[in-house]
Amino acid sequence: MRLQRWTLFSSVLLTVLLPFLPLILWSVSERWFYPDLLPQSFGPRAWSYIFGTAGSQIASGLIASFSLASVTTIISLVLGIPAGRALGLYDFAGKKIVFLLLILPIIVPPLSVAMGLHLWFIRLGLAETFTGVVLIHLTFCLPYTIFVIGGVFSDYNPDFEEQARSLGASPVKIVLQVILPMILPGITVAALFSFLLSWSQYLSTLIIGGGKMLTLPILLFSLMDSGDRPVAAAVSLVFVLPAFLALMGSAYNLGRSGLKGVR
Amino acid sequence: MGRLELQNLNISYDNRPIIRDLSLDINDGEIVSLLGPSGVGKTTILKAIAGLLPPASGRIIIDGHPVDHLPAEKRDAVLIFQKPLLFPFLNVGQNIGFGLKMAKIKRLAASKQIDKIIEITGLTGLKNRKIHQLSGGQQQRVALARGLVLEPSILLLDEPLSNLDAKLRQQMRELISNVQTRTGTTMLFVTHDQSEAFAISNRICVLLDGSLRQTGTPTQLFYQPADPDVARFFGCVNFIDGQIDKGMFQGDFARCTTSLSDSPKAIAVIRPEDIILSSDKRENGTVGTVTQIQFEGSTTRVTIETDNKTFTALSLRPDFVVKQSVWLYFPPERLHIFPHYQKP
Repeated sequence: MRLQRWTLFSSVLLTVLLPFLPLILWSVSERWFYPDLLPQSFGPRAWSYIFGTAGSQIASGLIASFSLASVTTIISLVLGIPAGRALGLYDFAGKKIVFLLLILPIIVPPLSVAMGLHLWFIRLGLAETFTGVVLIHLTFCLPYTIFVIGGVFSDYNPDFEEQARSLGASPVKIVLQVILPMILPGITVAALFSFLLSWSQYLSTLIIGGGKMLTLPILLFSLMDSGDRPVAAAVSLVFVLPAFLALMGSAYNLGRSGLKGVR
Repeated sequence: MGRLELQNLNISYDNRPIIRDLSLDINDGEIVSLLGPSGVGKTTILKAIAGLLPPASGRIIIDGHPVDHLPAEKRDAVLIFQKPLLFPFLNVGQNIGFGLKMAKIKRLAASKQIDKIIEITGLTGLKNRKIHQLSGGQQQRVALARGLVLEPSILLLDEPLSNLDAKLRQQMRELISNVQTRTGTTMLFVTHDQSEAFAISNRICVLLDGSLRQTGTPTQLFYQPADPDVARFFGCVNFIDGQIDKGMFQGDFARCTTSLSDSPKAIAVIRPEDIILSSDKRENGTVGTVTQIQFEGSTTRVTIETDNKTFTALSLRPDFVVKQSVWLYFPPERLHIFPHYQKP
């Protein structure tokens, strides 16, 4: 039994971490040519580059990515929770159409969505602005949030709210102390989705941001383009770290209830 | 204090009238049951009293004050739903204390009240348990405690025992009775189960077809039903047509004295257990053929067909055979007479 668990655990760990191994090796290599399995010489050049020479650029990229992803996540939750509740809990005319319209930005290739909206954004003065990029990220994040929250609410008993009211809870307290805690696992998943989706947006940020919004993926691609593999590997690792932390942080919330089930 | 008055309450749902012209008085410290078949609108009444559903017309008065304008959270009536509906993200103590927290009771005072109610409802030692670690009966007790701890004027209970097995149901019944005696909380209890209503309540209100047909003590309802529908609801299925003439009911098979005024049409009912079956001819009776025998343990249900009527009798002994001919005797003192009656 113990052996089985260990095998399972280590194989999961291995499959998750193995792809990172070449990245780590690349980021600390100085010279690495075919056909050697390991780099011929190691050195901190890549790391000193991204923390030293390009440090401020990377830092501002991190800040841009982080603030974009955070704002996008918050807005997509604020809009997505009520929308998901409406779609999951109530039955109304045109519900299927609403569903289809919501899923459209996910089905249509992101390139055409971003290109199409770009024209409008220019006319509205939203192109090359933070707001514009947040909006374009929302077109991808919001549907996911709504679907996750909608799924949570389709398996939700609104009697809990009536019970809380009868016990003296005002409408505001019902939202804060009953509904939100009840759907917390769903919120966590939705927030994680939104954050990571926004965090990894490249194309839409490039098109709408027009090179003004230098997020981490944009920097990453330009570094990859320059052909400096060790530096690109190091930036990739910096890029993965916050996403990894977000996942770990939410894992606590997910494990707490919900996913564990009652029975 | 916990007096509840309902005055001419009408409740509709989707423009369909559910409850018609309901008036009801519940005194302080009483347990009153609302008894009726499933789907008659019992829960709807409770929701209206709790403020979760606006009535179409009529007044709801708690302790002498009309509460129609108050939202649910401000009404001094707490509704306990059929399902326990305990918040899964709170433990037992926090669930019980939810209402106190909403009422902004200081933590120390709240904790004392919670401990007291935990003791009363027999949940000692479970205060820090998670909800999913509780059995069904314990969950239902926490739900009850969560309402009781607020000491509402009226506690509204919506079939709180229906999800429990027979043994637990009996325990909960006793618990509710005991708690009621200890706390003196006025309770309005909804159920479709007659025996539950009989066992638990001081008075019972019978709801049929959206209106209140009769209010009375359990024995009154059982032995003196107000109309044939109530009688039928309590399992009284034997009806004898006849007329009342000079203080005497004259039926097809039975006659008895009555205090009712003369009427060309009247109905007598008799409970299945009051019909006496015998092999000898007797006055006030008729002969019939046994068509069905159902053994139910302590009693046997015998269906007997006479020339134009079917009777059901309960016998203590199962010594009958199908197609056997038996005499039915209707003891005059057991007949309950209704004057001519039209369905409301």
